[in-house]
Amino acid sequence: MIRAENIIKSFDETEVLKGISTTFETGKTNLIIGRSGAGKTVLLKLLVGLLKPTGGSIWYDDVNFSELDKKQVRNIRMEVGMLFQGSALFDSLTVEENIRFPLDMFTNKTRKEKLDQVNYCLERVNLEGSNDKYPSEVSGGMQKRVGIARAIVLNPKYLFCDEPNSGLDPKTSILIDELIKKITIENNITTIINTHDMNSVMEIGDNIVLLYDGRLVWQGNQSEVLESDSEMLQDFIFASPFLRRLRNAALR
Amino acid sequence: MYWKETMRQMNDIGVGSLVIVGLISVFIGAVAAVQFAYQLSGQMIPRYYIGYIIRDLTIIELSPTITCLVLAGKVGSNMAAEIGGMRQKEHIDAMEIMGVNTAAYLILPKLIAAIVVIPMLVSISAFVSIVGGYLASVPTGEITDSEYIRGLRSFFVPYNVFMMYVKAFVFAIILTAVSCYQGYFVKGGSVELGEASTQAVVYSDILILLADYIIVLILTT
Repeated sequence: MIRAENIIKSFDETEVLKGISTTFETGKTNLIIGRSGAGKTVLLKLLVGLLKPTGGSIWYDDVNFSELDKKQVRNIRMEVGMLFQGSALFDSLTVEENIRFPLDMFTNKTRKEKLDQVNYCLERVNLEGSNDKYPSEVSGGMQKRVGIARAIVLNPKYLFCDEPNSGLDPKTSILIDELIKKITIENNITTIINTHDMNSVMEIGDNIVLLYDGRLVWQGNQSEVLESDSEMLQDFIFASPFLRRLRNAALR
Repeated sequence: MYWKETMRQMNDIGVGSLVIVGLISVFIGAVAAVQFAYQLSGQMIPRYYIGYIIRDLTIIELSPTITCLVLAGKVGSNMAAEIGGMRQKEHIDAMEIMGVNTAAYLILPKLIAAIVVIPMLVSISAFVSIVGGYLASVPTGEITDSEYIRGLRSFFVPYNVFMMYVKAFVFAIILTAVSCYQGYFVKGGSVELGEASTQAVVYSDILILLADYIIVLILTT
């Protein structure tokens, strides 16, 4: 579980987050949604420790993450996996080497044990046999899956995904969503996803947090989205006339 | 991981720069030899002094300084662009989230590789420059083979070689530190990355020349 308590973040004079308090639960896919500039990426970077909050605190279970020193943060980060928007795979390394990277850095496993772990992760993301390919030789969807494999190779307790569906076709997006959901449930981890994708909201949104202008304006799950009378939520989720017609049909 | 990366950097800096360093060095030696032969013609100075001047000039000044100025352009800009590109493509963020000490992982292998390889390149440069001086002055009849060799063997001060290695060592640290710093803290997009790469070269060159002056002051007084 990760808890944000009254998080404030300012850049110079500009206050980007204005007191966010929420809880991201274990075993659930927690979604952060909102328009561009609402503060989603800043919140995700604060949660993962790439930025420091101006005010408030972040708790990883019972540990106050905001008050840890560098060494303690490093220890927590070994329990964190993250999928980046652009996958952030190392170009000079093969798929296998990319996934093995955290194992090489932090474990004393034998070569065989590492290879077994890499192959297990590749199997989980349906990329068996892609070990020797370079990131430039695989598609965007496959790169995302390699990114997921790398994120889960150390069996993290917390998984962060920044726009996992951006730049992907609808079918691949669904595959990625299903994969993240499956991993979350099977490994019982806390997953936090920053997304614009409405399909993700409706399919895997166990806990949805809507940000607007740096404030948390709505929180609920996918089944509550349809019934909510929050104008901001409805404006955001059903922005297009087509989706509005679909919602009305569903409600009838 | 660190060892593998250090080896890769040694190969990139050392083997990757051999041709350019060799080419520049041979011409430095050749031009210096022709220039001194011209300046000494008609003077009451023995001709074998050409060999002596080429040797000391390349060892004390030209090889360490020119080689490192060239390497700042070739290797320094490459380091800044590589690390800056990793920053922009979120590779550094990815490593930090994994708990990797990114400054140590990305910069230390480059620094170690540069400290080991650049003095070697400077040694090669000094040797090639002397050969370049020979090729430009002996076959053309400016000076005889035995005069050039005599010049090379005259008034040799081993301390000058020590000075060459001190310069190579300090310049290697400067060009690596400045270039990695520029890349590591780059912000923005491709324009800023280009600027960081240029600044890496400009600042490295200025600091190398400044350090050259300070080292000479310290080691010769």
